[in-house]
Amino acid sequence: MDFAGYDPAGGRPGRGIVSAKIVVAGGFGVGKTTLVGAISEITPLTTEALMTAAGVGIDDPSKVPGKETTTVAMDFGRITMAQDLILYLFGTPGQTRFWFMWDEIIRGAVGAAVLVDTRRITDAFAPLDYFENRNLPYVVALNRFDGAPQYDLEEVREALAISPQVPLVMTDARHRDSVKQVLVTVVEHAMLRLQSEHGRGFPTPVG
Amino acid sequence: MDQRRADPRGALVRPYAVTRGRTEPRQDIALEAVLTASPTQVAESRFAGHDKHRIATVCEGRAQSLAEIAAYTRMPLGVARVLVADMVAESLLTLHTAAPAEGFEERMELLGRVLSGLRRL
Repeated sequence: MDFAGYDPAGGRPGRGIVSAKIVVAGGFGVGKTTLVGAISEITPLTTEALMTAAGVGIDDPSKVPGKETTTVAMDFGRITMAQDLILYLFGTPGQTRFWFMWDEIIRGAVGAAVLVDTRRITDAFAPLDYFENRNLPYVVALNRFDGAPQYDLEEVREALAISPQVPLVMTDARHRDSVKQVLVTVVEHAMLRLQSEHGRGFPTPVG
Repeated sequence: MDQRRADPRGALVRPYAVTRGRTEPRQDIALEAVLTASPTQVAESRFAGHDKHRIATVCEGRAQSLAEIAAYTRMPLGVARVLVADMVAESLLTLHTAAPAEGFEERMELLGRVLSGLRRL
């Protein structure tokens, strides 16, 4: 790797190691951890957040019957890009009742990829609804499962009512290059969004 | 300053025993914020208790995010966050900035670096 072009201090004294994160969302069993594992330099780790009865009260206690505490697991991976730059990939907890946790996961994120399984396309409605109502740039990635029905991307866009501005790509979550392309799409989309929000129009996409 | 009484959740949550019942960190630390510990900090952490020493050891020689610290020490995230925030305040860990959320130029520069980092993979 060549970091010769980088000035780690960048004229901003005190800046140390910078980290960024991309969120991988989607229904249960859609391949989020597979996707993270395909590109992470570490075997995906799991961290557990403890949700207490008191904490549930903020959300909806009736959805967690007979439990005072429960744990929500999220899987994540890491890509060390430079001595001073680390990218983390966080998978969202699958069950929709844990959405209050997503807010913490997406805070400060570069963007998100919503994974869709064409065999259970309706599972994508909830995560898509979630991101439509947040200001986070996201892309939709169709995870190609063996033997799953093959749809045209535009058919899927229509079925899921994905707005034309949202990039839609095909992927194989098991393959590093394919996952890399999804992540590149997320970052490019985030850059375009940021630029347009900043009122600088849409310059030529990078690369 | 008895937060066990001030915070009604304290009584319910046994895993927070290691934080003496405190569930609110001194400082909010993002999941992906990275921390490091120098050999001196690791040595000093021995006097701060077993859990803090474990955390310092995890961060020695390799920057680790709050999420990684929680995973490697098998602590629930909230517990790790309270201890890590304490350790930053006690100078037992060095907190590095997470992605700067504000400032167009800074944000674009970061995204650009992430993009080229991905392309190099």
